[in-house]
Amino acid sequence: MTKKQKAVWKVSILAAAFLAVCPVASAMHIMEGYLPPAFCIAWGVLCIPFLVRGFFTLKNLYRENPKMITMIAMAGAYIFVLSALKIPSVTGSCSHMTGTGLAAILFGPCATGILGIIVLLFQAILLAHGGLTTLGANTFSMAIAGPLVTYGIYLLCKKCNVNRRFSVFLAAAAGDLFTYCVTSVQLAVAYPAQDGGVGASILEFLGVFAPTQLPLAVVEGLLTVMIIIALENYAGKELKALGFIKAE
Amino acid sequence: MKKDTKMIILLLILVVVIVVVPLFALQGAEFGGSDDAGSTKIEELQGEYEPWFTPVFETILNGEIPGEVESLLFCVQTGIGVGVIAFVMGRFVERKKMEKES
Repeated sequence: MTKKQKAVWKVSILAAAFLAVCPVASAMHIMEGYLPPAFCIAWGVLCIPFLVRGFFTLKNLYRENPKMITMIAMAGAYIFVLSALKIPSVTGSCSHMTGTGLAAILFGPCATGILGIIVLLFQAILLAHGGLTTLGANTFSMAIAGPLVTYGIYLLCKKCNVNRRFSVFLAAAAGDLFTYCVTSVQLAVAYPAQDGGVGASILEFLGVFAPTQLPLAVVEGLLTVMIIIALENYAGKELKALGFIKAE
Repeated sequence: MKKDTKMIILLLILVVVIVVVPLFALQGAEFGGSDDAGSTKIEELQGEYEPWFTPVFETILNGEIPGEVESLLFCVQTGIGVGVIAFVMGRFVERKKMEKES
């Protein structure tokens, strides 16, 4: 980032810190109108620094190498596809994947936030899935918190010299699962149980989301490995430029 | 290269198995959305809950989006995504071919 971009990013963190005095809460695809206004605003504000930074990341990437737009489009399209597929799970209900793993591994979590919010906007406006009022909370869980975990696990695996494809699988699956954990926490903080409070409520919501999501997380991990294999074979140049594979 | 093709096929089969098995294992299950399950849980914890905002599209339509239209829109979303991925991937594959020839 340039100096000016860094300054803007820092200001956005400060702004968020000041605005987010209200209790911190977090969720994935929480339905329209199901989160009290204060929480909607808090989660939205929390996203701002990440989105600002992500915007600059993408902008700089494009400025340094305009050809990179193909990889950005690819990662965005991947989120589009995966988050549209509702898949039956072992619990007898359906859920969908997040698809944010690829973008997080290639561009980092902040840039993923930008790609993710585009998809969430599309779904909120046209599909009545998720919502405009819950956009902040959903963006935080699906496009920021999940990708952060994906990115972290991927870096950790890289450091420990774990097989690259296995690390991609692990990172994408964990990010998917974590997204729903964050959703549970977001809902629980807004709706603490009458006895047991937030803690009991988190368990309740996790009970709804986690078993359904577990097999889907595995599927998401596998699909992400597949697309990475394809890219390794045909887009070596771009992956090298991104630092995903070492330049020879 | 050959090894990767095998790997992709293996992974694809695995994905299909994971997705299809619940359908057969849990015959007669409803397979509703887990988002809806979430809102049911909210009502359980809080009693009757009235969402304070309805989706813009539903407000304009004055009701819910018809099921078939909703699946159309989901298809459009998938279509856009797959279109972009296929287009970009196609270019990459052709590029590699060209590089080999020259």
